[in-house]
Amino acid sequence: MKYLLKGAGLALLLGTTAAYANDGLMAEIAKPEQWAIPTGDYANTRYSTLDQINRDNVKDLRVAWTFSTGVLRGHEGSPLVIGDIMYVHTPFPNNVMALDLNNDGKILWRYEPQQDPNVIAVMCCDTVNRGLSYADGMIILPQADTTVVALDAQTGEVKWSTKIGDPAIGETLTMATMPVKDKVMVGISGGEYGVRGRVTALNLADGSEAWKAYSTGPDDEMLVDPENTMVLGKPIGADSSLNSWEGDQWKIGGGSIWGWFSYDPDLNLMYYGTGNPSTWNPSQRPGDNKWSMTIMARDVDTGMAKWFYQMTPHDEWDYDGVNENILTNQEIDGVERKLLTHFDRNGLAYTMDRETGELLVAEKFDPAVNWTTGVDMDPNSETYGRPAVVAEYSTAQNGEDENTTGICPAALGTKDMQPAAYSPKTNTFYVPTNHVCMDYEPFRVAYTAGQPYVGATLSMYPAPDSHGGMGNFIAWDNVEGKIKWSLPEQFSVWSGALATAGDIVFYGTLEGYLKAIDADSGEELYKFKTPSGIIGNVMTYQHGGKQYIGILSGVGGWAGIGLAAGLTNPNEGLGAVGGYASLSDYTELGGQLTVFELPGEPAAN
Amino acid sequence: MKMTAIAGAAALAFAMASATVGFAEEAKKTLPNGTDITPANMENGRWYTEDGIPTYKLEEDGTIDFATFSGYRRYSAECHVCHGPDGEGSTYAPALKESVLRMDYYDYQEIVASGKQEVNTASNMVMPAFGTNRNVWCYVDDIYIYLLARGMNDLPRGRPAKRGDKTDEFTAQETSCMEG
Repeated sequence: MKYLLKGAGLALLLGTTAAYANDGLMAEIAKPEQWAIPTGDYANTRYSTLDQINRDNVKDLRVAWTFSTGVLRGHEGSPLVIGDIMYVHTPFPNNVMALDLNNDGKILWRYEPQQDPNVIAVMCCDTVNRGLSYADGMIILPQADTTVVALDAQTGEVKWSTKIGDPAIGETLTMATMPVKDKVMVGISGGEYGVRGRVTALNLADGSEAWKAYSTGPDDEMLVDPENTMVLGKPIGADSSLNSWEGDQWKIGGGSIWGWFSYDPDLNLMYYGTGNPSTWNPSQRPGDNKWSMTIMARDVDTGMAKWFYQMTPHDEWDYDGVNENILTNQEIDGVERKLLTHFDRNGLAYTMDRETGELLVAEKFDPAVNWTTGVDMDPNSETYGRPAVVAEYSTAQNGEDENTTGICPAALGTKDMQPAAYSPKTNTFYVPTNHVCMDYEPFRVAYTAGQPYVGATLSMYPAPDSHGGMGNFIAWDNVEGKIKWSLPEQFSVWSGALATAGDIVFYGTLEGYLKAIDADSGEELYKFKTPSGIIGNVMTYQHGGKQYIGILSGVGGWAGIGLAAGLTNPNEGLGAVGGYASLSDYTELGGQLTVFELPGEPAAN
Repeated sequence: MKMTAIAGAAALAFAMASATVGFAEEAKKTLPNGTDITPANMENGRWYTEDGIPTYKLEEDGTIDFATFSGYRRYSAECHVCHGPDGEGSTYAPALKESVLRMDYYDYQEIVASGKQEVNTASNMVMPAFGTNRNVWCYVDDIYIYLLARGMNDLPRGRPAKRGDKTDEFTAQETSCMEG
């Protein structure tokens, strides 16, 4: 009974649900016993009000049941739970299984798409898929070959199917879609293949295209209004993207979209970040390369841009800007603000006003970050909002065929797409991070459609003069721009976090541990080693009155490329013992869902 | 593009096979399967065995020839996103520093040019065809000898510390391949 009341409270909190077409999904998301959207909620907080499992009893957690997905590649994302059914997805071939929670996970239906396996060859970093979404009684499956399929949630029957890209030119699909109102939003991957990034909005009713917004190119194709789309408080102006590239390079300029979408129903705005400009050799693409590496705010009905902010103009390190944007309402200087918090690959955490795009805080969330001395926060400065680049670590200033050494973070960023969580109880963000640095040597490459367009070599190693590990799990204050505490990890933390009202935070590790920590102190309260390394996101749900925690195991992704072989450390004598250790000494390939519970019947509420 | 590049490589291999220049004083270097990889001749800035197969040359002071260094760079840009850093393999693609010890040069060339697929119930492995990708094909021999040097433990992990100079012949051949 208790949790039902909480659900009602949450729905009330979200307030304006009744005014919108897709009331159904808003209501489903508001039920804490479900996991109805991959990001936990539209705000991407990954916070659950469920509190049966809490800081006092989490030590007793045990495995309730497990499920093999039958696929042995990198398993990102998490299952959904809608009503009495759990929906599990797999990496390529992107199978979907509907499990009956009332019948020990019996498979109610299965969907196995037929895709041309040649798409595997153009997926840059493993055949990952970040999960399903749900709307209007349909499960939305994003396939690797860029086909978006809507399946009847009860039967698995195909309702519609739309192909939004072309793998022959390196376009693939790895991200989870986001249904909003009468549409579903989907991006495109392929920044290492010179694709032209874009968001496509499909009509939920039939899968037809409603609008499409490119990351680069002419204003009308980017859905930008030169007078009314704002950048740091000023109108964006005409041809902002075209003027920031040499010639037609914007056509193969990247800016792909493969992270997470968030949405504010009151402002009617969606938020996402764009990826790296192609190629990785900065000398081959002079200019700011707009609007790669940018946080974008768009009207969900029309796609029209409200504001942009480019975090890393003229990228020189592959610091994609795709990470999630977490929407919170918090006080700054005694005033309640609608905030957006973003932990970027470039090692800076940004706190912005999500209504106007005003930059409020930009601070390093790993002290190792050295490519910049910080962001110019003076609105009257010519370089307002730009990071000051340290010449020693500038691969553009050092030039082609020069090996720039000791850059922190490495290309995989201080944090990649593995999403952070936010607890309104502690007013704290919980962030999975990498603690890895690199040498980077750019060189000239030719563009061939559908072939890698990279143009740099890099070697990565644990951050020097630190604890020797390659990751940290941190607690972050987004108003102060400060780390509250930091837990060293041997490997990069490549798993999405979950915070709950039980005053605990969950995350997974590349060795395969599911860990639970105290939300206030960071103290480790529980860990369990699952069958394979974890790059999935922790989720929770309640069934039959009992709370469960679910996590996918299956090592791979970007992490599986570098870490399976162990990272190199050309800097002898740094004593980074942990860094030399190969992930393959700890785990093997896998594909398994592990579901945890407390022993016994749930305490009467 | 693909056909001419392959034909060119084959013609070059034939020409080298008929050459008779040798370095008798070089100690023989052989792969575990018995294949001789001792460098005998240099052509266009690249070393070849007596049989005209590309190979690497490691000086006593640890200097590696430029073509092998070039192979390191191109491998790290084009191959490493699947096959892992330094030819070490990843969670889903084999360690090529081991593969080149087992397969011969021509099998290697064919797979790079045409790609490879192992798609079945147990495996979803697909390698694309690189025969028309100049970033790969212009350096296919460099990548091969780099992997040989890695497999033979003549080159440690990471960026080669000491490398030979880039010759004018190498630059000319590179330019003609990349722009041709």
